[in-house]
This record gives sequence, structure tokens and C-alpha cells, in this order.
Amino acid sequence: MTALLIVVVVALLGVTVWQISKIFKLSKPVGEEDSPIANNKDNEKQGQLMLVFMVLFYAFMFYCFYEYSRFYLPESASEHGYDYDQLMFISLGVIMTVQLITQALLHYFSYKYRGKEGKRALFYADNDKLEFIWTIIPVVVLAGLIIYGLFSWSEIMNPVKKEEARVIEIYAYQFDWKARYSGEDNTLGKANVRLIEGVNQLGVDENDPYAQDDVITRELHLPVGEPVIFKFRSQDVLHSAYFPFFRAQMNVVPGMVTQFSFTPSKTTKEMRNSDYMVDKVERINDIRTEKNKELEAEGGTTLDTYEFDYYLMCNKICGVSHYNMQMKVVVEPKEDFEEWMKEQQEFKEVIAQNN
Amino acid sequence: MSAVANVGNVELEKAAREEAEHHKQPFILKYIFSTDHKMIAKQYLITGLIMGFVGIAMSLLIRLQLAWPEQSFWIFEALLGKFQNDGVMSPNIYLALVTIHGTIMVFFVLTAGLSGTFSNLLIPLQIGARDMASGFMNMLSYWLFFISSVIMLSSLFVESGPASAGWTVYPPLSALPEAISGSGMGMTLWLVSMAIFIASSLMGSLNYIVTVLNLRTEGMSMTRLPLTVWAFFVTAIIGVVSFPVLLSAALLLIMDRSFGTSFFLSDIYIQGEVLSHQGGSPVLYEHLFWFLGHPEVYIVLLPALGITSEIVATNARKPIFGYRAMVASILAIAFLSTVVWGHHMFVSGMNPFLGSVFTFTTLLIAIPSAVKAFNYITTLWKGNLQMNPAMLFSIGLVSTFISGGLTGIILGDSTLDINVHDTYFVVAHFHLVMGIVGVYGFIAGVYHWFPKMFGRMMNKNLGYIHFWITAIGAYGIFFPMHFIGMAGLPRRYYTNTAFPYLDDLANVNVLISVFAFITAGAQLFFIYNFVYSIFYGKKAVQNPWKANTLEWTAPITHIHGNWPGELPKVYRWSYDYSKRNADDSDYIIPGQDYIPQNVPMHEGEEELH
Repeated sequence: MTALLIVVVVALLGVTVWQISKIFKLSKPVGEEDSPIANNKDNEKQGQLMLVFMVLFYAFMFYCFYEYSRFYLPESASEHGYDYDQLMFISLGVIMTVQLITQALLHYFSYKYRGKEGKRALFYADNDKLEFIWTIIPVVVLAGLIIYGLFSWSEIMNPVKKEEARVIEIYAYQFDWKARYSGEDNTLGKANVRLIEGVNQLGVDENDPYAQDDVITRELHLPVGEPVIFKFRSQDVLHSAYFPFFRAQMNVVPGMVTQFSFTPSKTTKEMRNSDYMVDKVERINDIRTEKNKELEAEGGTTLDTYEFDYYLMCNKICGVSHYNMQMKVVVEPKEDFEEWMKEQQEFKEVIAQNN
Repeated sequence: MSAVANVGNVELEKAAREEAEHHKQPFILKYIFSTDHKMIAKQYLITGLIMGFVGIAMSLLIRLQLAWPEQSFWIFEALLGKFQNDGVMSPNIYLALVTIHGTIMVFFVLTAGLSGTFSNLLIPLQIGARDMASGFMNMLSYWLFFISSVIMLSSLFVESGPASAGWTVYPPLSALPEAISGSGMGMTLWLVSMAIFIASSLMGSLNYIVTVLNLRTEGMSMTRLPLTVWAFFVTAIIGVVSFPVLLSAALLLIMDRSFGTSFFLSDIYIQGEVLSHQGGSPVLYEHLFWFLGHPEVYIVLLPALGITSEIVATNARKPIFGYRAMVASILAIAFLSTVVWGHHMFVSGMNPFLGSVFTFTTLLIAIPSAVKAFNYITTLWKGNLQMNPAMLFSIGLVSTFISGGLTGIILGDSTLDINVHDTYFVVAHFHLVMGIVGVYGFIAGVYHWFPKMFGRMMNKNLGYIHFWITAIGAYGIFFPMHFIGMAGLPRRYYTNTAFPYLDDLANVNVLISVFAFITAGAQLFFIYNFVYSIFYGKKAVQNPWKANTLEWTAPITHIHGNWPGELPKVYRWSYDYSKRNADDSDYIIPGQDYIPQNVPMHEGEEELH
């Protein structure tokens, strides 16, 4: 595939060089006719090219939507995400409508009114009514989008009450993540980077009674259907906790605690078995098999077969390994979650073991 | 008409040549430490183009890595020195390239290159002034820009690598060499360079403002100013309001880095050590940065739109539609641009209520932008479009302005921003609406005012080829990019192979890169055309585009003071194209579809605007 594309590029470059030589010939003056200012012939030709360009541009836009819209993320795995997706599709609909109308007018006018010698342009300097119309239409449309958007925003950003939600800390550092569950008391123990020492990598206060039952893990497990409040903390630079499948993101800022909450609505298993994901994973594994053939020929290590898992990725430039700062996220039924939780060590046990 | 005008031209040229002869200057004063705004404009232009060459070359290295991640290329081996291994780019230099590409393109090409060139060239010439209010300060402004360019480029060669914290240089990453090696000497040079750059920009802006306010020729009221001058004027005001804030952010960052203060740093544990910084906030830096950062978008956009207004009207042989609405839009955009910075920070941990406020102001700014786009389209309607290369680039500009502006409605909505924030969707958006629009405006301006600057014409056929490849390429690069952004692909990733889920986007990245190489290749036509035409282009006539603005009443021969003898007087606005006489039997000036601003109103002629 890659080799083919390189061949295409080289071929295109070849064509370019050939064309350049032709153009240089063209660019030499041929006589009186040749003027550096557009004449009738140029206006005619460039105007027509505007129309051709418009057709190509529209074809390309349709192609992109046809071919690439399948890349859009799968149906949201969090409850507020449905609302998010709906607003996204409405907004995309609105902007694509405007795009299709205005680009058509722009390019069509460029073709239709291409210059001709002796043609008269219309002296048309102002029209208050028209101006009013195209001020008021964006106002109305935007007002609608703003109101819709703000309702969703306040719903997403006003976190559920602490009593009803599980509090989990997401801890970021170059270049990995940790999760800290608040345990039975649903309250996170105090923590500060100044307390980082030995196994206590997150700087949790060993003397805080709330900290004793905290559980620190490398993977993030979430019971399906239960709201979660995430508290974010960073030990070094800015990071951003980006959960694309849950339509959630919040920056992680050293020196302060940020938060975001959502309710996972689909288990990892459900997501894996969805039509979207079955197709997607199959496609990805086809690509990987293809690549493995190449790698085998070169004697490199081959890629593993891919199985879908939710992930959390870093989305704020944070250093050389920014591109590989991820944490596996598992959404599972409550029983499985509790089972998993039992296997984890509480903070006090970890400390006791190491003292 | 032509007979009379030609006689006028000959006399004018003769007078100009005599005056030029009379005021002969030594080489060093004429070409290097020049205080003449026309020469300074050319200095800005050529420095800007060189920086643009570097910036675009960097983007090609980035695209090469993104399309074929972690593969070996001889070009990396040749250029990247110790930042590659057997021709494979290192993640360090990838981030550095991203950072410096952004910095160079935004500040050095599209701010200094664009505004510096055309504000300098056009403000005095279009308002009928002898020169800028302060020629000396103008010269200083250019040379500070030159020094800052040299410092920025020299940072590419320091041992620990150039700044690599992204062009926004958010602390703590940019403050701590322990966090990334580029935050050592490279970052220091970046900050010094930017501080000097801001000084240069402020000197330039103050000069533009004073010149427009005080040096307009007789009859040139504010409402008769061409839209180019309005745009440059308002741009300068935005610059004066917002650049000092960036300077303060840069100074505070320098303090944090070198003098142990804690404006932006708090609670940091890095490489096994707790740092002594306590109490600062990185979010404060984000506020200060974006208080410039967002107006900066309009510092790039407004001059490009101003240039487009002039070129579209001239080549459509029609007045710009809705002059007053255009001026009002420029003012509205300028005002709103200073109250929308928070939309870069919806997920920064800022209070969500502020997010709502910034969503509101951000979507408001779409209204004047929409008015401008509609007005351009209406200006084309029933015109007699002269398809010169500058006109093609202006039409292309309106097209990308719409395409890129529309996706702003998604990003400006705090809710929708959550999931596309810092993804390739953003990259596509701002490249179309700021990058491509800025570049098109710049290029259109060069094609249009080349005869004014160099007394020769650029080749139009090369211009056409240049435009069409660029137009196809620009959309080929940035339209598909929206889709990989909506797939959840973050920007500033050295490679996407760490996430197998993103494997099927690889082909799109290859397509984008191929378009990028072809588009960049097309710029060679422009460079060739530009250099060749300076020396061997066809000799220009005084007013090649048959335009109304005052710069075309000045002689082709550049003289200090622009016009020999008296300054031209102004009697009308600059958009009297295709204006008919009272009984609609002919144009106001028979046989000529334009009326330069220095032509008095005819008997019985009405203003009609």
C-alpha cells in the first residue's frame, strides 16, 4: 500500500516536472497578444475552471462524507453522550447546508459573471434590506444552537450529587495514568506531591483516615449505569484526560483539582459486540495482517491481533511520550466490578506491606 | 481618455525621475537602513517569504512522519542531525517542529509578513501621505523583527533542541527543562525572540494608527478610506490592545524559569524531586496567552480580508457591496475578538459558567463574519469579473473563509468542544480559516501590488497554475482532516500507532500528506515567478488593474514622498466602479468604468452609497 502510494507520488512529481517545462514555454512572451493582465480568453477559461472546481469540490466533499463518516466514533458509551451526538449532528447539518449553498453561489457567480470586454457591471453599492436579512438569519440560527448548546453544557458540567456518585481520582504523570478509588467511605484521602515517597507514588496522606481504604489501580474499571465523579490531579505538567468514547474530556492541571462526571452506559462487552465495532475491528485486523506480512519479510516483530477496549488518552502536549500515554478503561456489570475491586489492595495494606 | 492619461503619465514619471535623481541616497540608507515605507514593506515581504519557506518546509517534515510514522527517510538523516536515528525522526524533534512551525507561521509570516508588508506599503499610499508618521520608528520596527527572526531560527541549532512545548508554550512543560529538553536553551531563545517580536509589532502598530488618524490627505475622510486601510488600522488597534498582554505572559514565564518565581507553577514533582514553586496557576498563563492568542487570529484575518475587499471590488469592476456594513463588521469583529479568548479553555478546568459566557460571545462573532462573506458574494453578483491571479486567490479566500469559519460554530460551542478539543478537527479548522485565508490574502496582495512594489508585472499563467494546484491541495489537505478529528485523533501525536483503534486512519494521513507535498511544490511556481519578475517581468503601466485607490496615481518610479509636487486631493470614496451618468447613456467618465479618488465629482453626480 505504502509502496504504491510512493509510486503515485513520484509519478505525480514526474508529471509536475513535465508540466513545469511546458509552462515555462507558455510563460515566455509570444507576441503582442500576451499581456500580464487577464484578457477575454483568460476570463473565459478561468471562469469555466471555477465551475469545474466547484464540481470537483462538491464531489470531494460527498466522497469524504461517504467514505470517512464511518470514522465517527461509535454510539456514545455514556449517558450524556447521546445528547452530545445529537447536537453534533444538528450542528453539522446546519453548517453543511450553509456550506453547500454559499460555496455554490460563490463559484457559480464567479463563472456566470466572468468578464467580457465591453460588458457592464452593475453599480450596486448597498441594500439595507438584504443586509438586514443576512444579519438576522445567522442571529436566529445561532441563537437556537447557543440555547441548545448551553442547556447541554450546564447538564454535563453540573455534577451529580456526591452521595449518588462514585468518586474516583485520575492521577496523571509523565507518561502514565493511575486511578484512585475512594473506597467504602466514598471520600478520597488528602494528597499532595510533597508526600510522594517510596511506594506512595500518588502522595496520599498516610495519616488521613479517609485515605486508608483508597484503592490505587493501573486500570480504570467502572460499573455500568452508575454515575462517576472524576477528580483529576497531575504531578508534573498539564495533561488532558480524554475519554473519546464517553464524550468526556478535562485538563489535568498541576496545583489544582479539576473534575468531570459521567455515567457509563455500555459495557466493554456490549461495545465489542456492536455492529459498528465488529466491522471496525475486522477492518483494523485486516490492516494489521497486511502489515505483518511486510514486517515478517523484514524480520521485525509482528503486531498482535487487536481487540477493542475503551481507553483514556492524554490530549495535552506533555512531553516526548505524549503520544503513548494511555490507560485501559473497562466498563462492566456491577458484580464483575465488585469482584475485581476485591482483588485490589487498599492503600493501608500497600503501606503496611512496605513498612 | 488614454491619450490624456498617457501624457500625464509621462510628465509625472519625468518629475519623479528628476526628484529621485535629486535625492540620490547611498546604498546602505536606501536598501538596508531605509526609513522609506515602500522599501520597508519590501524588506518585510522578503523576510516574511523566507520565514514562510522555512515554516512550510517544517510542515512537510511533519507530514512525512505522520504519513509513514517511524520510517527512515534520507531527508531526516540530512536535516535533523542528532535528532534522528538512521533516518527515523525522534519524538523530541517532532514536537519541536510542530512548535516552531506554528510560531513561525502565525507570528513571523501571517502577522509580521502580512501586516508588515501591506500596512507599510498601502497605508501611506492609499491615504495620500508622504510616508509613515515616524519613518525612524518604522525602520526600528523592521530591524527588531529581523533580529527576532534570526533568534528564532538560531534556536533550531542549540544543543538541547528548539522549544517544543507547542506554539502556545503552556507552562509547566515550557518552564521545566526536566519535563522536555526543548524547554532549556531553546525555550529561552523562543521567549527572547518573542519579546523582541512584540516590541517590533507594537512600534509598527502605533505607527499605523497615528498615520491613519493624522496624515490623511485633504478630502480623505474616514468614510472614504479604502477597506484595506480600515482593516490595517483596526488590526493595529487590536495588536496594541493584546500584544502587551502576551509580553507580560512571556516576562512572567521568564521569571518563573530563571528567577524562581511561581506565577504559573505549583505542586510539581518531577524526576524524583518536589520543586519549590508554590501557589501559581498554569490556567492563569492560559488566560494571558489567549487574551492575545484569539485576537491574534483576527490580526491575521482582518488584513487578509481587507486586501480581498479591495481586490474583489477592483476586479469585479463593482463597488464593494455594503461598505458601511463591512466597516461595522470589522469594528464588531475587533471588539468581540477581545472577549472570546475563553473558548480555547472550555476544558481547562475553568469555571463552567465562564464557558457559557464565552460560548455566547464566540457565536456572536459569527454574525459579522457571515455578513462579510455574504457581502463578498454579492459583490461578485452581476460583476464583470477580471480573472487575474489576485482575484482567483481572493475568491479562494472567501471559499476557505466560509469552510473554515463554519466549523468554528462547532468548536465555539462549549458542549461540542468537549470531544473535538485538541483533535485534528481543530487543526483542520484553524488551518482553513486562519492559515489558508492568511496565506491566500498574502499571495493575492503580492500579485496585485507587485507592479506597485517592483514596477514590473508577475506572469499570469504561472499565477493560474499556482492558484489551481494550491486551491485543490488546500482542501485536499484540510477537508479530510475534519473526519480523523471526529474519530478522536489528538493533535501533536508523534505517531498514532500506540493506539491500534486508530489504525484505519493511516490511509487518510497518507492522502493528506500527498496533497501537502503537491501543494507545497506548487509554491515553487510562485517563488520562481516572484524572483524572475523582479528582474525580468514585463514593465508595469501606472495603473495596470484600472483601480481607484490613490497608490495608482503615484508614479511607477519610487520616490521619497511618494508624489512629486503636491499630494493628491480626494473627492470621493474608492469604489466608484462602473458608475453611470444621470441618463444612463455612459459611464461618468465616458468610456472608462472607474473613477479614481482624486477625480472631482461631476456635475449632477450623486454619491449613491
